[in-house]
Amino acid sequence: MRKFIGIILLFIIGWGIVVSLKEIPFGEQKSKVGKYYIEKGKEETGASNIVTSVVVNYRSFDTLGEVTVLFLAAIGLGAVLATFQRKEKIKVEPSSLILYTGCRFLFPLILLFGSYIFIHGHLTPGGGFQGGAVIASAFVLVYLGCRGKRINETGSKIAESLGGLTFVILGLVGLAVGGQYFLLNFLPKGEFNTLFSAGIIPIIYIAIGFKVGAELSGIIDQLMEES
Amino acid sequence: MINFLQNNIFYISAFGLILIGLFIMLSKRNLIKVIIGLSILETGVNLFIVTLGFLSKGTAPIFSKSGLDMQKMVDPVPQALVLTAIVIGLAVLALALSLAIRLYNHFGTLNLQKIKEQKW
Repeated sequence: MRKFIGIILLFIIGWGIVVSLKEIPFGEQKSKVGKYYIEKGKEETGASNIVTSVVVNYRSFDTLGEVTVLFLAAIGLGAVLATFQRKEKIKVEPSSLILYTGCRFLFPLILLFGSYIFIHGHLTPGGGFQGGAVIASAFVLVYLGCRGKRINETGSKIAESLGGLTFVILGLVGLAVGGQYFLLNFLPKGEFNTLFSAGIIPIIYIAIGFKVGAELSGIIDQLMEES
Repeated sequence: MINFLQNNIFYISAFGLILIGLFIMLSKRNLIKVIIGLSILETGVNLFIVTLGFLSKGTAPIFSKSGLDMQKMVDPVPQALVLTAIVIGLAVLALALSLAIRLYNHFGTLNLQKIKEQKW
């Protein structure tokens, strides 16, 4: 009965989707905003990756909100699991030498790759969110491979707070220097398509990378502790 | 019919994912399965938003070398939206799973119908 009602509902929704999507052609230029960003973004922000210039320059206030949502989710997870108590402690066997050494060898390389992704966020595909996710995957490897090792909680908290602070303080400095709007790109743009270009964009993306990496590894730490 | 499928394959797959996720969420009683359905639905929504900005024979909106045609670049705005939405979706999934852990610990079951003291 439940499934039957579900299928009927799905048919109604699917029909509505087909009717509304008939008007939207696939694979054609639709929005004027995206066109404006592509044409003007190069001069206005100095970043060669237009997606980055949208995320960190044109829509950076939204990104601040999204980083806050991520922070809230991490805090909520900690609060939900905080009062949870295990009845019996399961003893974990230490992992074998080969696994342990391999994980310890791979860990700094993955960290390096993640930081490459978020430092070059304004030049190549990638950025703070992706680089942070790669860094968190390095911590997953350590948790699975080198059993018993934990991340430094104070260090991760400091990285997270510094990332958020850098974002907000750069925005306020932009407001004070330019006097026009929050998160103004006040630093010199530099030479196009080089590492030191695009003003505050790489700094903010590095801050986001640290924040996202610390938050996601904190989430992994919390979940690993409970399981 | 084949032509229609070829032209709209991305829309069809995106909404296929959304409808599958919705159906799982409506019909399953296990909380973990409901969360899996939520995740599938989210993937479909992300795929749909990226698809809206697609341009036939387009390139990525990155000026990595000179001589790239601006008219052929895909829309950057949907990509920027989805980029953050994926990471937030991951965090929301983790939050939902932690709630499931607490529910299982408290009631001893993940079946939504067997959980008493429901307020709805």
